[in-house]
Amino acid sequence: MSLLAISNLDLEIHGTPILRDVSLSVDPGQIVGIIGESGSGKSMTAFAVLQLLPNGAACRGRVALSGHDMLALSEPALCALRGNEVGMVFQEPMTALNPIRTIGDQVAETILIHETVSRDEAMKRARDALNRVELPEDRFPLSRYPHELSGGQRQRVVIAMAIALRPKLLIADEPTTALDVTTQAQILDLLTRLVREDGMGMLMITHDLAVVAGMADEIVIMQRGRVVERGACPAIFSALKHPYSQALLAASSHHPDRDAHQAAPPLLELRRVVRDYRLPRKTLFGPPQVIHAVRDVSFAVERGESLGLVGESGCGKSTLTRAILGLEQVQGGSITLDGQPVFDGQVVNRAVRRRMQVVFQDPYGSFNPRHRVARLVAEPFHLLESPPQGAAREAAIDVALLSVGLTADDKHKYIHEFSGGQRQRIAIARALIIKPDLIILDEAVSALDVQVHAQILDLLADLSTRFGLTYLFISHDLSVVRSITDRVLVMKSGEIVEQGPTAEVFDAPRHPYTQQLIAAAPKLPDSTAA
Amino acid sequence: MVRYTLKRLVSLVISLAVASVVIFLAIEVLPGDPAAYMLGVNAQEDTLAALRDQLGLNGTAWARYSTWIGGMLQGDFGTSYTYRTPVAEMIGDRMQVSLPLALMALTLSTVIAFPAGILAASRRGSFADVLIMGITQLGVAIPNFWFAMLMVLVFAINLRWFGAGGFAGWEAGLLPGLKSLTLPAIALALPQASILARIMRSSLLDTLTEDFIRTARAKGLSRAQALRRHALRNALIPVLTIIGLQFSFLLAGAIIIENVFFLPGLGRLIFQAISSRDLIVVESVVMLLVFAVVMVNFAVEIAYALVDPRLRASR
Repeated sequence: MSLLAISNLDLEIHGTPILRDVSLSVDPGQIVGIIGESGSGKSMTAFAVLQLLPNGAACRGRVALSGHDMLALSEPALCALRGNEVGMVFQEPMTALNPIRTIGDQVAETILIHETVSRDEAMKRARDALNRVELPEDRFPLSRYPHELSGGQRQRVVIAMAIALRPKLLIADEPTTALDVTTQAQILDLLTRLVREDGMGMLMITHDLAVVAGMADEIVIMQRGRVVERGACPAIFSALKHPYSQALLAASSHHPDRDAHQAAPPLLELRRVVRDYRLPRKTLFGPPQVIHAVRDVSFAVERGESLGLVGESGCGKSTLTRAILGLEQVQGGSITLDGQPVFDGQVVNRAVRRRMQVVFQDPYGSFNPRHRVARLVAEPFHLLESPPQGAAREAAIDVALLSVGLTADDKHKYIHEFSGGQRQRIAIARALIIKPDLIILDEAVSALDVQVHAQILDLLADLSTRFGLTYLFISHDLSVVRSITDRVLVMKSGEIVEQGPTAEVFDAPRHPYTQQLIAAAPKLPDSTAA
Repeated sequence: MVRYTLKRLVSLVISLAVASVVIFLAIEVLPGDPAAYMLGVNAQEDTLAALRDQLGLNGTAWARYSTWIGGMLQGDFGTSYTYRTPVAEMIGDRMQVSLPLALMALTLSTVIAFPAGILAASRRGSFADVLIMGITQLGVAIPNFWFAMLMVLVFAINLRWFGAGGFAGWEAGLLPGLKSLTLPAIALALPQASILARIMRSSLLDTLTEDFIRTARAKGLSRAQALRRHALRNALIPVLTIIGLQFSFLLAGAIIIENVFFLPGLGRLIFQAISSRDLIVVESVVMLLVFAVVMVNFAVEIAYALVDPRLRASR
């Protein structure tokens, strides 16, 4: 008998259908991956298993967890199962832990609420659980607080909480989406090891095909609340039947059509750029500590080129971006665009500044929700000496919206009327409107679903050909950088450790750190990626 | 934690020093002769000179400031011009009423607000929530002096459970003293409790949507357990801020209630001192209140750090 058997599950929230006729099963020791875009119902399926659904939710069908009919159980009976028979790991490790209680306390709580043991005993077992997730006692005593840990370490604590009682089923909802590529690989290894050691079943939810391809025994593909395809992994990849699954796979390994870059004079040049931050003093009179965010970085971007900058969080990518945009002054070295310095004395050089624009990661947070699209898109006009007025201004807005695949009518709408992908198009339109030479894309596709992501990459490739744009593409996602850049820089601890043509760096990385990054990136099975 | 406390202490001393200078400047250095102001326009020249001498107005500003501060540090607040008694003694007498009154009102308001706020948040949208929100809306809207008079009518005049006003004094024993402060404390606590309950509710509701509450529920905690063990302490920071502000207000802001109940408290002392232009008393009482506010803020900041380990570490 299956450990978890979901059959014909329907879910409505306040009358809106969320899940339709979902059936899947997980056996002991089996890893089942659920894949789908945001809104496909994959997380709601997980919450339906735990019966942790929002108010107004109504389920029909059957969810059986080791013989218990989850839809029929009382709330106290469900509480007795959650954390005990089934553990759960969430997407956002930074907020998944209570900030004001120690990690030992929080792991021990799982044990204390399900078993009648002494606090000392629970703490001892919490220690064991933390050791199992590779947080050793000497560096991670039970008295640590979450804010003293990194994202990956916090995710380990959440996993320790979930497995402390050795549950039969582990549900992981996008457990690595918020993490860097090397941390992601470590967490995935850890989860796989725990599943194998304890003979647990695992339900792994993700939007990233490559993440589950390497670890799942079976894959379930969901679209708009329905299961469209399921099958054994990796065999399923070579025999996908449903058009949606095929489109998903195609998008995952999508390479936009681009012309190879021809050598050209440099547009943006950085010479020996240094940016330090002072930390608050530790003692009243001692010297302040200094953190070197960017150390002695030099590179050039040629006109018409697409340059990638990769590295993990904290490596100095964002600091460098802000320095190039003139949002922060550097302490050493020079940044020039076409030979003109970004900083003119103490103030930003507006003549240079209006020739570059930026597109940020978060398509939800980077717009003022109270302005109409026309006003949002026209914002960069304030950089111009004599911005277009009246009809010329309207025409410029229309052209910008049309060039990113939206319509001129969209300018009368508000931002909440658009999807994530459309918002990112608007962000690109906003960058294009003053016809810049250089566009900096700061994790511009990282928050998007895989299909939308592929469309935006196509759009960017098309725009660079049409307008002769130069891109600086900053990302921690190696597959994105690989598909859209001519050259790539690898940054670690504020320094560029490797640079070269993208294909060369990816095929034959020289620096150990680059090798580590590339090895850690999840890959689709070879037979399908071609 | 020690470093955090020391840092707060340093900022406490600096705030007090700055406040004392501002008060001193406002009253003594600004144009106009305090002695003439206190005695009125028809004062005799020799009376003025005597008062100036008594006020110590005849030295340099620095000398006068250091005499004032030095005196206060030794408990000498000067002598009231109108009452001819030491200000320290007067403040001491009034504090016997104001401090217990403020503490009673604050305790009462917390004891009412916490359960009400928690109940409303944990049963959001229920009848209990709607009822509590309705009552607290009224509590914020009703002027406390009107509510005070209503209570006097019901409990003092009709039921005769309490006196209608005045303070029995602690010499008569603890109970009569507390009894005479009960109605005023309720009148003061009602609006404060209403505000506090609403803050508690909204802060808890915010915390209940946090990811770590979902984590706690996935561990197997019931809604009530998750609220008690994970949400409550996290929701406390804004509540502590309001409690701090309320205590400072209760200590000196009770002028109207003190008048309704004829209580000899600090609020009335300031009021009388201002009406009789007794600048010595005004200056000292204002400084004392500043001291109280700064001390309460200090206590609140220490409480923040006890609640939130992130503050202990980072500041």
